[in-house]
Amino acid sequence: MKISTLSVATCMALTMAAPAAYAQWQPTKAIEIVVPFSPGGASDQMARVVQAIITKNNLIKQPIVIQNKAGASGAEGLIDVASDKGNPHKIIVASTAIYTVPLASSVPFNWRDLNPIAMIAQDQFVLWVNASSPYTTVKEYIAAAKQKPEAFRMGGTSSKREDQVITAQMEQATGAKFTYIPYKGGGEVSTQLVGKHLESCTNNPSESVAQWRANQLRALCVFDSSRIGYKTKITETQAWSDIPTCKEAGLDVQYTMLRGIFMPTGVTAEQTKFYVDLFAKIVATPEWKEYLEKNALKQEFVTGEAFNTFLAKDENRHREIMKAAGFLKQ
Amino acid sequence: MEELSLLANGFGVILTWQNIGLMMIGILLGIIVGVLPGLGGPNGVAILLPLTFGMSPTSAIILLSCIYWGALFGGAITSVLFNIPGEAWSVATTFDGYPMAQNGQAGAALTNAFSGSFIGAITGVLLITFLAPRVAAFALEFGPPEFFAVFFLTFCSFIGLGKEPKAKIMAAMGLGLLLAAVGMDTVSGDLRMTFGSRELMRGFDFLVVVIGLFGISEILITIEEGLAFKGKSAKIDLKVVLKTWAQLPRYFVTMIRSCVVGCWMGITPGGAVAASFMGYGLAKRFSKEPDSFGKGNPEGVLAPETAAHAAGTAALLPMLALGIPGSATAAVLLGGLMIWGLQPGPLLFTEQKDFVWGLIASMYLGNIAGLIIVLSTVPLFAAILKVPFSIIAPMILMVCAVGAYTVLGSVHDIWIMALFGIVGYIFKKLTYPLAPLVLALVLGDRLEDAFRQSMLTSKGSLDIFWSNGLCGSITTIAILLLISPAFGWIRDRIKASKSAESKFA
Repeated sequence: MKISTLSVATCMALTMAAPAAYAQWQPTKAIEIVVPFSPGGASDQMARVVQAIITKNNLIKQPIVIQNKAGASGAEGLIDVASDKGNPHKIIVASTAIYTVPLASSVPFNWRDLNPIAMIAQDQFVLWVNASSPYTTVKEYIAAAKQKPEAFRMGGTSSKREDQVITAQMEQATGAKFTYIPYKGGGEVSTQLVGKHLESCTNNPSESVAQWRANQLRALCVFDSSRIGYKTKITETQAWSDIPTCKEAGLDVQYTMLRGIFMPTGVTAEQTKFYVDLFAKIVATPEWKEYLEKNALKQEFVTGEAFNTFLAKDENRHREIMKAAGFLKQ
Repeated sequence: MEELSLLANGFGVILTWQNIGLMMIGILLGIIVGVLPGLGGPNGVAILLPLTFGMSPTSAIILLSCIYWGALFGGAITSVLFNIPGEAWSVATTFDGYPMAQNGQAGAALTNAFSGSFIGAITGVLLITFLAPRVAAFALEFGPPEFFAVFFLTFCSFIGLGKEPKAKIMAAMGLGLLLAAVGMDTVSGDLRMTFGSRELMRGFDFLVVVIGLFGISEILITIEEGLAFKGKSAKIDLKVVLKTWAQLPRYFVTMIRSCVVGCWMGITPGGAVAASFMGYGLAKRFSKEPDSFGKGNPEGVLAPETAAHAAGTAALLPMLALGIPGSATAAVLLGGLMIWGLQPGPLLFTEQKDFVWGLIASMYLGNIAGLIIVLSTVPLFAAILKVPFSIIAPMILMVCAVGAYTVLGSVHDIWIMALFGIVGYIFKKLTYPLAPLVLALVLGDRLEDAFRQSMLTSKGSLDIFWSNGLCGSITTIAILLLISPAFGWIRDRIKASKSAESKFA
């Protein structure tokens, strides 16, 4: 009895001492979250959810300001943060675009110009077709696509980015040929697929879930090594976990997209640690879990050296796929 | 009439003191957002989004959509008074609104603008109330070739209906298209015409360019004409509202035309900007005295405002029914829906009846409240013109600079604004029209994307634009409009030769 009281006391003393020891740095003015996409998109929503969680749970005393810098496929925001060396009041919500954009275009940027804080989720990709189309499995779909080379229109966001990288991988894996049509955003792609102006798309779950639930789109498979974990029924008959992986359905293509937080380089270790801790608190909240489930995002929290290793590996993987597809800039 | 009972239900949801209070606050904030050039509807809504996290979704959307209505109303104020469009869709309002204010009719111009806005918005809401599901199904018909056809129609109608020399219209349009192409290209995924400059990477922001082209150039011209140290006379009298209203029935046909154009452009995402220009162009074309346009014709204020608001309101329809935003502000509202725990998309109408019909009911009430608020401020705003130009000009310049900076938080944009002030001045001196440049800058990249998406699909064949009745007929109408001036020219030639013959006979 005595020991446990003592240990509780020690614990309390430690937890009280811990913030004093580590959190020496605290933001002294408003924190700016740069969103390298336009308002309303997936990254923008993530930033606004983060803002809402921080505000509701009172995690920081200072206000949070969201700045959309969507120019040049997001490169505007990335470069803005990269060139703001030593500013500890700025973070950016980034995605795989940190390597795909500089690999495919002449945008002068490298993710090593940023200070990685944490990967806070991984986004999935699903192969969608119109619900009135005759294809109910990936095999039927690929077989049909092979019969008519370049007649199948695959829609996606931007050019030489995630969606087209997946399309290229599908072509490399099966020998089918698609006509890839780039649009400005996933919402538009989803509607175009409903209107039968496309044969298929590889939207993120959140971009097409509304049309899936309305029975306008059909999910053929998910491009990940395992099925999506969420078991609550989304449509009348299916949950996210009912969608097979592409590999088990006979299409050996895997792809997930990083969603992470970065800040400018040239800040102190303490300042970096402040944000790592902040995001550790954010991802532990029930609001965050609810947000992940609603958007079928994969829970993931990687920081420090592990995150750096992941980034280097992921960049190389993209370079190889994009090289094989001929997407690298000349 | 199931809609009517649902709508009555919606009114029941929103008629609480709290919601009506939020509505008033939203309208006032929106007017401020609309008046300040650069801040704009999308930014205003995005900035205030965090305030709504704690509210119920219905209260939140009432507040935010009222900011949208307020911004739609407010955009007209600076257009009329200072020739500075507060919003992109009020560019066309400057063409006749500013001359009217210069002639001492600022009150009448503002009243016309606000009344037009109101009528347009109510038409848009009626469309949403009664035709939402059918219109939504129609919007799904639009793929890349159809979008291209709609944009092409807009451009062609500009060339065909414009009174200026065709070559000048096309030159201005060409420059606009060129400016729109700067930055990241969606289809190739690479940068174009940035010349290694980081500032050019994001392209030319439309609002920055417009503030320069209209606001700054106007100040330059006024200075050139000699600084007047006396203010304009403007009567502070609410009666001007009633007098203007008495004139409104005369422009009945113009308003109907603008409402139709506006609703059409709002649903097919041509948007409020294109709608306002088309509304203006059509009013001028069908007017008995087309030469009075640009010199202070009230019809020239009424037509674009009505069309812009019909479009701005109708743009919410695809957002509610399909989950695709018809405008930038609608995109921000969509993001908001998800944060409040609602899922936009085809099921919103059936799953969230209280929310959807509450929103629709608030559109009626919000616009009525908005109209009353802005009309009561007419004398106040008109009185600003009493301040001598030499005092107000530096203030306008400052507001312009702050506005240009606010759009993206970039100092570089202030220089771009100044540069386009000079471009605007040169255009006016050489009597080149500014509107085609503005239109091309707004719609240029979407026109190009739609065209290239179509070409990817058809493997380079132009037949795709006649591949179905819908886009085939729009494309054909566009081409007819484009060459319509030639018909007039041929007719005149035949007439001339006939009269010449009769002379000799």
